Amino acid sequence: MSQYYVEACYLLIMNCGVDFLRTLWIGLIFMGILFSFANGRPQVLTEVLLFDLQKAVDLIISLVPVMAFWTGMMRIVEKSGILNKLSEFLKPAVRFLFKEVQNDTNAVNAIVITIAANMLGIGNSATAFGIKAMQEMQRSNNDKKTANNAMCMFLIINVSSIQLIPLSIIKLRADSGAAVPGDIMLPTIAATTFSTIVAVMLAKYYERKM
Amino acid sequence: MNFSDLIMPFIVGGILFYGIIKKVDIYSAFIEGAMDGAKSAFKVFPYILAVIFAINLFIHSGAEEFIVSLLRPVTDILGFPPELLSLAVIKPLSGGGSLGVFQSILDSYGADSFIGRSASVLMGSSETIFYTTAVYFGAVGITNTRHTVKVGLMAHGASIFAALVVGRIMFM
Repeated sequence: MSQYYVEACYLLIMNCGVDFLRTLWIGLIFMGILFSFANGRPQVLTEVLLFDLQKAVDLIISLVPVMAFWTGMMRIVEKSGILNKLSEFLKPAVRFLFKEVQNDTNAVNAIVITIAANMLGIGNSATAFGIKAMQEMQRSNNDKKTANNAMCMFLIINVSSIQLIPLSIIKLRADSGAAVPGDIMLPTIAATTFSTIVAVMLAKYYERKM
Repeated sequence: MNFSDLIMPFIVGGILFYGIIKKVDIYSAFIEGAMDGAKSAFKVFPYILAVIFAINLFIHSGAEEFIVSLLRPVTDILGFPPELLSLAVIKPLSGGGSLGVFQSILDSYGADSFIGRSASVLMGSSETIFYTTAVYFGAVGITNTRHTVKVGLMAHGASIFAALVVGRIMFM
């Protein structure tokens, strides 16, 4: 028994070097099961199955129309070339961040529009553009199961949050009686710029390591 | 009405208008693209399901509270406000969950307190890392995300640090 335990831990740690998401996923589930028993509530897992998994359907249902709409719009963007000039202008930044796809106009367009949508805070639409950008990058990716450097960089920039106007936060602050609800805007931009710079530097570091 | 409501008509109108000028068959192009989009949205389902299962189990079982209590002694030494710890832990996992914690912070400390302001900045400068990673990579069938989540979490650490610093500055 203990031999299996040691082997499982070893595999988990080895996996961690390859893909942290996988390790974390397994870790979250095991910890969840362990603590539901420790807290005397083993029924938690059943409750999650019954009530929370439904949320996955809700998310997909809300994603489908927005996704379809914006990929439809993106096809027009591709064919008309409306973004090509902007992408050309951003070329030096693209070369630094997304080297693998720097000459792929469709991929660069989708990346640019995702980042712009995120900055403007058009949440759900940004997801649609983001998925589109991933598909364009996947086209030239050699190993279809493994993310290339450009894909990792794209995701890392997105999850470090680049939103310029945190609308939902400002609204909650207003509801809670803040004197000037929007006074956190500049500090938030400062914080988010800092964390994005840190993220890009770390991503560059790990790119070279692998 | 807000800013994004205002900018949306210009984006959509601009794309269509430019398409017409460039003599693109905009209707066919739209249908073609929308067909692809609808298909790929469904592809994301198993990935979203996987993430939602793990995260909800983790939070509802009390494991999340345990992690917070485990981090508490360390963050106390560093002078990190304990009120923010729960938010810092839950934010990369769950958007809905972090909104709940954020609201309760605003309720108990006030929006203009140091805690309230730092929490606001933290909310605005970080993302739900697991969900976003799973959705984006899931849509193209990539299962090996390499260093993405690791770097995402480190950047989250940088956000927490920055939120505290600017919160402190604002409060002076």
